Amino acid sequence: MRLDPSIYGDLLLSLLPELVLTGWALALLLFVAWRHQTVRDLRITGWLTLLALLSTAVATWWLWWHHAGVQGLAAMVAADDFRWVADWIFLGAAALTVLISFSYLEREQLLAPEYYVLLVFGTLGMMVMAAGADLMVIFLGLELMSVAVYVLAGFDRRRARSAEAALKYFLLGAFASGFLLYGIALIYGATGTTNIGLIGAQVAFMGQPSVMLLAGLALLIVGFAFKVAAVPFHTWAPDVYDGAPTPVTAFMATGVKAAAFAALFRVLIAGFAGVAAWHDIVWWLAVITMIGGNLFALAQRSLKRMLAYSSIAHAGYLLVAVTAGGAAGMSAFIVYVIAYTLMSLGAFAVLSAKGRAGESDVLIDDLAGLAARRPWLAFALAICMLSLLGFPGTAGFIGKWYILIAATSAGQNTLAAILVLTSVVSAGYYLPVIMAMYMKPEPIEAAHVDVRLDRWGRAAVVAVVAGLLLFGVWPNRLFDLARSAGESVQPAATTTTTGQ
Amino acid sequence: MYGRWVLTALLVWPLIAGAVVLLLPGRLAKYVALAASLVEFALSVPLWWTFVPAGGMQFMVDRTWIAAWGIHFTVGVDGISLFLVLLTTFLMPLSILGSWSYITKREGGFYALLLVLTTGMIGVFIALDLFLFYVMWEVMLIPMYFIIGVWGGDNRLYAAIKFFIYTFFGSLLMLVAIIVLYLHAARVTGIYSFSYAHLLAQAPLLGSTAWWLFGAFFLAFAIKVPLFPLHTWLPDAHVEAPTAGSVILAGILLKMGTYGFLRFALPFFPAVALSQTVQLVIVALSLIGIIYGGLVAMVQPDFKKLIAYSSVAHLGFVMLGIWALTLQSVQGALLIMINHGISTGALFFLVGMIYERRHSRLIEAYGGIARVVPLFAAVLTIVSLSSIALPGTNGFVGEFLVLLGSFRTYPIATALATTGVIVAAAYLLTALQRVIYNPLTDHANEKLTDLTPRELLVLVPLLVCILWVGIYPKPFLRRMEPSARQLIEQVRPGATQGQPVAGGQP
Repeated sequence: MRLDPSIYGDLLLSLLPELVLTGWALALLLFVAWRHQTVRDLRITGWLTLLALLSTAVATWWLWWHHAGVQGLAAMVAADDFRWVADWIFLGAAALTVLISFSYLEREQLLAPEYYVLLVFGTLGMMVMAAGADLMVIFLGLELMSVAVYVLAGFDRRRARSAEAALKYFLLGAFASGFLLYGIALIYGATGTTNIGLIGAQVAFMGQPSVMLLAGLALLIVGFAFKVAAVPFHTWAPDVYDGAPTPVTAFMATGVKAAAFAALFRVLIAGFAGVAAWHDIVWWLAVITMIGGNLFALAQRSLKRMLAYSSIAHAGYLLVAVTAGGAAGMSAFIVYVIAYTLMSLGAFAVLSAKGRAGESDVLIDDLAGLAARRPWLAFALAICMLSLLGFPGTAGFIGKWYILIAATSAGQNTLAAILVLTSVVSAGYYLPVIMAMYMKPEPIEAAHVDVRLDRWGRAAVVAVVAGLLLFGVWPNRLFDLARSAGESVQPAATTTTTGQ
Repeated sequence: MYGRWVLTALLVWPLIAGAVVLLLPGRLAKYVALAASLVEFALSVPLWWTFVPAGGMQFMVDRTWIAAWGIHFTVGVDGISLFLVLLTTFLMPLSILGSWSYITKREGGFYALLLVLTTGMIGVFIALDLFLFYVMWEVMLIPMYFIIGVWGGDNRLYAAIKFFIYTFFGSLLMLVAIIVLYLHAARVTGIYSFSYAHLLAQAPLLGSTAWWLFGAFFLAFAIKVPLFPLHTWLPDAHVEAPTAGSVILAGILLKMGTYGFLRFALPFFPAVALSQTVQLVIVALSLIGIIYGGLVAMVQPDFKKLIAYSSVAHLGFVMLGIWALTLQSVQGALLIMINHGISTGALFFLVGMIYERRHSRLIEAYGGIARVVPLFAAVLTIVSLSSIALPGTNGFVGEFLVLLGSFRTYPIATALATTGVIVAAAYLLTALQRVIYNPLTDHANEKLTDLTPRELLVLVPLLVCILWVGIYPKPFLRRMEPSARQLIEQVRPGATQGQPVAGGQP
């Protein structure tokens, strides 16, 4: 199905998933304005949110099924497999977040159904980012997502930590947006367009990139590096992840990061494939992010902070996929992001069960003896940890393996070696979690009596663990998906010759 | 018919049984686990007769697994891996029986892990697809990590994480090497496949990259063997692990390293492996292992640690035999791999049994117990003599063949290695004397009970093997010979005809 963006109906059709979700967001907003007092209202809003996410997923699937594609080069939105897969990842992350939020919100007395509305707006922003074939659209999506997540980070407004997280995130996020916008401005100045496809054509035409273009590109990368929390632009991440309510942290560490990466990927591969300079920048970013993230995580005693730093380390692995570039890099990115989303959400879900009024204080050692008391919960967390470590049999390994193949086939053997060596370091902080749960005795009698997930949280964890093991042993479907998604985004230089 | 499903069954059966055992209550778990491991052994025994003593892989199974990358489920057995598979299935029921009263907490989990470990170990030995090999290589790490960490001694957490990180470090570099090899083969032939035969055919064209790749494989396998400077995880892991853990560690896990050299590092990179520098390094490290391992064993106050260091020495002989690359030395090395599994396994069982009674592993805690526990003393003596390599026991055949075969290639090194045999006699006989023969001074030892029928049931099969291999090793050697010969014929010319790659030496 070819969609012509100059026809009104086709344009709307190409934005169908976003429109569906926008409609739902507005409806939900009306609903919570009307009912926002009781636990029951909160529950209903949660269910409606799940329904919203599901119907959006169906809309996405429908377009996917019909092989929707956008005609012409100058479209503002892309319609390719990459976008659909990315949308599904965001929707899945949001749905799992909703599932673990049910009991969390009630337990922490955060009885405000606006929480779910913000979650929907955040997801909408991510989808716009993944769809954007124009820097302005990407920026719009980024802001939509960011503003919603700023509020979510400070949602537990009675806790100083949460407020601090929101303020920090907002200030540094605004700063990052500034970088991004300035980069876009410079790129516009150099190429006369903000459309990624046209930029790609311009860059291919120019040959030697101008200084202004390079400066713009550098600022753009810095802006995205802030968003994905790559070292040295990561300093906000631990405090924000630590202070935000745990389900929000899970959402930030997975959805937000995936969205920023998806946009970065599209910009670099489709727009700047002709500029060699970014490879070096991203290479170094990847190296210091992997080394820094892993070493910092090693020093953490709090489980939540450890997971925060580990998410920085994983951003480093994803940057390796970016450096590898090409269709292989993109496919590796898709596989890794799916695995990472699952395992991270699983870990945060278990953490949210352990936490009581301020789960940022849960130390790794506080998990001691969990396996004896809550064997299935401990098993789930152990699988998540092994997957984060990249152990065979889990999806995390398949993702890492794919990144390694992409990197080595792009000639990045050194980067691959650094990746595995830093993975060894990561054993130093993932294993203590397993060690505490299985090999240390319960510190006091009945230390874990109140650790429990409600039915929906359990469903989320079961889904996560099943997904991790299934994709770890039988990743064939995942690969087909990732391959078609990865090949759907082509450097603009080739599209100009074939598409026009 | 049997040949078509047996290897798959050997991999799948323990997994199913493990899942069942995990869900059973503790009392029942060990019975089911024992039955499952006996079934596994029974499944594997016909391999012995149906195996045709000829070169090449047998009982092959080849199924597509992950089509996108050309990953197959390919397994097969040749004269090198046959005995390691049989050794694994043979030691598992004994390990379960040996843990009968030793493991008292969380029994279901323990026996389930042992069964999962069986799958991992057999998988390593029969995998003929490098992806599958890597997965199996890692899969066996987790059960062992838990076995040491949950059921181990006082210092178990340290030992467990040390074991894990050492192995993980080596294997991840090997992972990169496998990927580089795979992409290289794909670039040359256009076929994306992790198949062993495919990669083996393309490996000689690597040029100077081969040095790096050999280095990565070397590190992974040398940590596992363990070769001298990388051996420090071994005493910790051995001492802290519960009896079954030590037996399996020494009996099977260490052989994965030497097996890796035989199956991958040597045939893939013959030119590098047999270059002057690498030969010198490996022979020197093996020698250091033999002599240093023996000397350190001599001064250990802890019996379990003594056996652990004796493993370093024994595996040094294996490495020497492999690198000497004559028919006798390779067959000898293979035989030592089996013998070490039997003898050292038996030693660990014995130490575990006496520890259960006295709760001490220190040699000085005992003395003169031959009068109290004569049966125990007799078995310990026979097993120690086999570990020393007394003629008539299995140890002698293996070490003699290695020394005989290696002398042609490395005369000086072999002469030095011979002193290792003397050192072995020194430390084991001294320990033997101090434990069972000196005057009985400690009153705590007067009430020790002798071996129970269950314990005899564990030890007798091992004693039978000790004498069988010692007196009539021909059935073993006959089955090994074609594969060993094939390996040598493959590696030797590869080393001399291969391009001189010393220029790319890092």
